Amino acid sequence: MPTAKIKTQLNTLLLTLVSITVAGLEAKAQESIAEQALQKDQNRIAVIAKASAASIAVFSPDGKGGGSGVIVTSDGFALTNYHVVKPCGTWMHCALPDGQIYHAVLVGIDPTGDVALIKLVGGQAFPTATLGDSDKVRVGEHCFAIGNPFLLATNFEPSVSWGIVSGVQRYQYPAGTLLEYTDCIQTDAAINPGNSGGPLFNGQGELIGINGRGSFEKRGRVNVGVGYAISINQIRLFWRHLTSGRIVDHATLGAIVTTDRQGRVVVDDILSTSDAFRRGLRYDDEIVAFGGRTIETVNEFKNVLGIYPKGWRVPLEFRRDGELYQAVVRLQGLHSEDELIELMQKKRKQPDLRPENPIQPTPQDVPDQVVDLIEKRMGFANYYFNRIAREQIWNDFQQAGDTRSLPERWKVTFQVTEGEPVQVALANRVAGIQWGDSAAVLDPSKDLAAQRLPDGSGGLLLAFHVWHRLLHEGWDGMGDIFYLGALPSRQDGEITDVVVSRYDSLECRFFFDLETHRLREIELWTDAGLDPCELYFDDYRKVQGVFMPHRFVAKYGDSFEWEMTVQEYDMNEATQ
Amino acid sequence: MFCTMARKRMASSKRKILWGVCLAIVCVGNIGLHAQTRSLPDVIESVQPKMVKIFGGGGLRRLESWQTGFFISNDGLIVTVWSYVLDSETTVVLSDGRRATAELLGYHPQYELALLKIDVQDQPFFNPDTSVRGVPGATVLAFSNLYGVANGNEQCSVQTGVVSALVPLNARRGNRRTSYQGPAMVVDAITNNPGAAGGAVTNRQGRWMGLIGRESRSTESDLWLNYAIPAAQVTMAMDLILAGKTSDKLSVDRKPTEPITLALIGLVMVPNVVARTPPFIDQVSAGGAAERAGLRKDDLIVEVGGKVTTSFNDLQTRLRQLDRDAQVTLMVQRGDEFINVTLQANQR
Repeated sequence: MPTAKIKTQLNTLLLTLVSITVAGLEAKAQESIAEQALQKDQNRIAVIAKASAASIAVFSPDGKGGGSGVIVTSDGFALTNYHVVKPCGTWMHCALPDGQIYHAVLVGIDPTGDVALIKLVGGQAFPTATLGDSDKVRVGEHCFAIGNPFLLATNFEPSVSWGIVSGVQRYQYPAGTLLEYTDCIQTDAAINPGNSGGPLFNGQGELIGINGRGSFEKRGRVNVGVGYAISINQIRLFWRHLTSGRIVDHATLGAIVTTDRQGRVVVDDILSTSDAFRRGLRYDDEIVAFGGRTIETVNEFKNVLGIYPKGWRVPLEFRRDGELYQAVVRLQGLHSEDELIELMQKKRKQPDLRPENPIQPTPQDVPDQVVDLIEKRMGFANYYFNRIAREQIWNDFQQAGDTRSLPERWKVTFQVTEGEPVQVALANRVAGIQWGDSAAVLDPSKDLAAQRLPDGSGGLLLAFHVWHRLLHEGWDGMGDIFYLGALPSRQDGEITDVVVSRYDSLECRFFFDLETHRLREIELWTDAGLDPCELYFDDYRKVQGVFMPHRFVAKYGDSFEWEMTVQEYDMNEATQ
Repeated sequence: MFCTMARKRMASSKRKILWGVCLAIVCVGNIGLHAQTRSLPDVIESVQPKMVKIFGGGGLRRLESWQTGFFISNDGLIVTVWSYVLDSETTVVLSDGRRATAELLGYHPQYELALLKIDVQDQPFFNPDTSVRGVPGATVLAFSNLYGVANGNEQCSVQTGVVSALVPLNARRGNRRTSYQGPAMVVDAITNNPGAAGGAVTNRQGRWMGLIGRESRSTESDLWLNYAIPAAQVTMAMDLILAGKTSDKLSVDRKPTEPITLALIGLVMVPNVVARTPPFIDQVSAGGAAERAGLRKDDLIVEVGGKVTTSFNDLQTRLRQLDRDAQVTLMVQRGDEFINVTLQANQR
């Protein structure tokens, strides 16, 4: 019996011990949870403080409009909405959270995507937002908007609204063809008038979008927990286009898609002049994938289409009679140039966000600080930035040797893969090509577009002529030129800087390496409804003190391809 | 000795139990913590398949032709709000983009809830038995197709907030244009947007708490109310709807020899011209039982003897089940109000 008693006591002791231990553990757990919560709070405060530093308030010079924005480069490039800068004209005031006010100039606009790029002037080493990856954003993630709702921030300290991501890959219909929000992020963080153009950050303080729109309808223009932000990944694709100082256009496939009775996304109509048609897409084909995403609804298709600038090449997968086809399709412009400008000039019902503006300037001319950074030109948001970009590209290109110092007459001998040698002779007033027993001669004094030589090449000799002319005369010899922005190369998908020239009846596109600005490719268009002739340059080596390409690839559509290796450059004035 | 052995065994088994309990506590603790740390995106992903987008009638003059609903059984029972959207053929779109035409099982006009059914199997659903009560301060997630943003396989929008209050809706009659009069879970998020009605409100762990009610604006302050009908009330209404459905099928056995007729109580209804003609009173005969009970032209008969009447045919069926000597209780809708009346057909 005593043993039993001891056992019972032992049991009681054990129970007590266990209870104490459990209670202790619980208390400890609670304590650490409380600590974690406090720590989380501190982290959030720090993240918001850092993100706020790069957020700006935007005010139009006449004091009648405004919105928000965010600085993304330390030299002062900032993103905002097109509909925010529209009433501003070419320059505006921007206020940083520290109370400093800067002048800013318009750089580039994307009226369809509702994005504008501006540049703050006069500061050094601006605080910048860290760019996130908006494709990784998940519904339910925390996010926050920073901005200037109702233009409240009289001391320019921005407002912060916190919430979650309510939806991703949302599609919001445009007004006509402008202000279309594709693949956008939906949030319940309060987005009010004045928040437009401001940043949406994820919980880690990375910039994932530019706020610009909300669903309101019958409840008046205040937040109802449904705001939309343009994804930062879309803006990434448009970034160099926006730096070009241009009015940037979105794209169309040249085909209309619809959902058929079986719920498939099919081609309902297609332009026979479109690249999609030339790459084989036809009426009633089912769209299976586009831009690497599976397509099951028209909205998904529009979401992919909307994130690319005009001219981008996007992989397309389609099905016909059970057979799957793959193509890389060049997107065409959503608008013609005149159309876009006309649409922008049309008066649109704008959200009335005109509360009292803390900056009330007297009407004045363009201030001295920005006057040198503004060049007005039809079709451009600010031609200054286009000119600068083009000069930069040319100067970088010439770092590899002054091509204009080369003699006028060139004779280049190529070895074509599994073919006979090809000789190309280039001079200002004549160009010739000879392969096997065949030859062709180009007369630059006649209509160039009519001389698509040799037959079946789409105008290879024209491309050589244009190349020679560019190297010899620089931009000055290429007619009407502008810097387009960046497009992926067809050759390897690399993003390249593109300059477009309208020379004679030709449209030429020059693709330059993004870093070195070495010439990588010429696209030569004789007719917008036909494939261009493409000439790729590679293997640059020194010839008479100048780096010249030694490997060429010529392509026309899917039907012609020559790989050409240089045997000899003959650049003697005495030649020919 | 034997005794000691037995005790010893008992002690050791006790100890085992003790350790078991101990372990269990630690485990429960862990599970609790684990549930807490399940990320919000993961919780939301697990809820989305339970949601449906509902498309039907409307589309005119700011009447949205869509609303939201969710599954409450694994074989395709869907609860949503009762509205004009369900007046015509109703298409239900699942979160993965599958579409189905839904059968309207029934509705409860006072709760403003309807039950739909589609043919599916092994469908993820909110289990009414494990729903949780929303108390003030509780974090909520609201799932809905507000503004019809989502189409096809696009997911419902998700908002977050907290329960602000648990209050009876419409304490003052006529203040708000809702028929629902029961307890409401008022939330601080702007959940009750166009098209959001019928959406689900869950807790932070994705467990069902309530159903987003129809848009409701105060006639006095013009303020829109953001509220949800608590899961308990939704479940109650669902049971009533399902019961109403069942009694229809049993009615054959309970036919009295001399049932009540409309003429007997002094009512002329709007002509029964379509499949589901709403039971509106067209005329009240002078001196009849209906007149004495205070019924009026244009009243909509929504219940007979506590059973929902969704159509003229329903009304006929219910009356046929009642003996002409019995007392009849009716509920009618007159404008925004619901009125209960009792009448005796044979009373002269």
